[in-house]
Amino acid sequence: MSQSLVELKNVSKVFRIGGGLGLTSRRTIKAVDSVSFTIPSDKATITALVGESGSGKTTIAKIILGLIEPTSGEVLYKSRRISDWLKKNRMGYLREVQPIFQDPYSVYNPFYRIERELEKVIKKFKLASSKAEKREIMLKALKDIGLRPEDLLGRYPHQLSGGERQRFMLTRILLMKPRLIVADEPVSMIDVSLRSIFLDHLTSFEDKLGISCLYITHDLNVASYVADSILVLCHGTVVEEGPKDAVIGDPLHPYSKLLVSSIAIPDPKRRWKEKTDLTSIESFENLKVGEGCVFSARCPYAREVCKQKAPPLVQIRSERKIACFLYSNFK
Amino acid sequence: MSMLEVQNLEVYYESVWGNYKAVDGASFKTHKNEVFSIAGESGCGKSTLVDGILRLIKPPGHIPSGKVIFEGTNLLKIPEDELRGIRWVKMAYVPQGAMNSLNPIIRVEEQMTDAILDHGSMSKEEARELAGSMLKEVSLPVEVARMYPHELSGGMKQRVIIATAIALKPILIIADEPTTALDVVVQKGILQLLESLKEKYGMTVIVVSHDMAAHAQIADRIAIMYAGKVMEIGSIYDVFEQPLHPYTKGLISAIPAIGKKYVKGIPGLAPSPLNWPQGCRFHPRCPHAMDICSEVEPTMKEVSPERHVACHLYQ
Repeated sequence: MSQSLVELKNVSKVFRIGGGLGLTSRRTIKAVDSVSFTIPSDKATITALVGESGSGKTTIAKIILGLIEPTSGEVLYKSRRISDWLKKNRMGYLREVQPIFQDPYSVYNPFYRIERELEKVIKKFKLASSKAEKREIMLKALKDIGLRPEDLLGRYPHQLSGGERQRFMLTRILLMKPRLIVADEPVSMIDVSLRSIFLDHLTSFEDKLGISCLYITHDLNVASYVADSILVLCHGTVVEEGPKDAVIGDPLHPYSKLLVSSIAIPDPKRRWKEKTDLTSIESFENLKVGEGCVFSARCPYAREVCKQKAPPLVQIRSERKIACFLYSNFK
Repeated sequence: MSMLEVQNLEVYYESVWGNYKAVDGASFKTHKNEVFSIAGESGCGKSTLVDGILRLIKPPGHIPSGKVIFEGTNLLKIPEDELRGIRWVKMAYVPQGAMNSLNPIIRVEEQMTDAILDHGSMSKEEARELAGSMLKEVSLPVEVARMYPHELSGGMKQRVIIATAIALKPILIIADEPTTALDVVVQKGILQLLESLKEKYGMTVIVVSHDMAAHAQIADRIAIMYAGKVMEIGSIYDVFEQPLHPYTKGLISAIPAIGKKYVKGIPGLAPSPLNWPQGCRFHPRCPHAMDICSEVEPTMKEVSPERHVACHLYQ
């Protein structure tokens, strides 16, 4: 077995909500439910984590970044627990695992000039030994990302557009050269005409610098463009995992099938063939998830067994895993 | 006859730095019974254009010039009470982030009947019945009428708004970013619902969105906006197959899509509405820019039937 860069073993996260002042009833929400997956370390890859809102995508990102702790399960980075890394070698971990967040408007401190973001990084991780060198590596990184230093340095965050801010974040990544980027919907707030420029930088980081990426998105068009492999998340559970072309071209899990058939292809000659039945996708009982398969309430193939227990994620072909009883005889 | 015609509409926002020319001379016509798409990136003036058409602009916004001709009447010139007779009755609006436009402490039914009674002439009982049948129309169970907005998902709230908008059977419905913040599966459902209004009631549906893939799926014709102006209009098939304006070309090749190996962004940044570039507004980012492009602003020309473009390459 190849060594893993990141490994999640049965990771769950339960949030408790309500109960404030005794006015509302206390409830728990299982945002992430026994999720296991691996990002390999032998070569750089971009893994897309795809799911609808509320599927637990962002919670998984936060767990890997060490921003929240899982309720149960283990998260390993280079075979060591993340909590262990953070306790003993926090800087080392941050040096290797870097985030890019969704909202390029809220990640900057509005009171400081934009280059402070880079200067802090250079100082903290001792990337330069002199002032001149600091300036030099900053300029080089900006140019490599295709930003003009004379347009950006000395300006405040509010003076930059969303696209510029998000690409400025890439400059930070380029300075740090981490092993892994955790990108949570990084292009959803930038203009269409600039998205591909951003995505191409991520793929070039992968190819040229060997930086892996966990790319979190709800947009299968983007996932299919940028990723090598795809993990499909449904209500906090991984239901399907496999190489990009396999998952998009031939989805196996009924939920992945539904997702793929709902993708809007930007080509008027390839319109949706069948109608979505709005009654079935959003009725009330469907929002409740019981003991069984997370998708059983909406699944057209659901049988009795699907409502009673959750199917495990099993390997069915080389590189493909699926959690569905329809495929249990494949094993 | 065109149903809605917008002629050189200008919508400016006053500020201490000068006028933000959010919409600056936009023109287009929609036909009866079609899905007309307005596409463009953030800041191109799409939403302001919609507010301008509906005359919802409030200070510091103002409309220096232009015409919005709806069934032969210039909406910008008629008195407010006459306009109220047109809004919701003949022309309905599904605002951006529609799910946030429901009042959280009032039941769905009451909010729907409120809008219906305000604009239509019928009894409370009739309005309630109409609300119920409209919910059915958008595939929502009748129980939704007695619920509060927080009990519904985003897509369901969006459908409540659409149900309210179509209650009085308007002939035109304008939906601003109807799928933003919804899940893929629900997005498809909402877009197909909007498309079905055209077939079922013969409505004209204007869909305003930055999402080119959404347009490709349901539109009959599309207008591409850039920097406060409409740059190109044509049938959805023509525009996707053979985009004319360099911006449209760039926009279409910039969309990441399944099975697409090569995607290319448009270098440069969108200009500021405070200070649009002289000449063609796209010339600083245009790969085909000529000398004339930085001096003279191109006008909209009909290059072939139903195909309009504002670019010096085709003058």
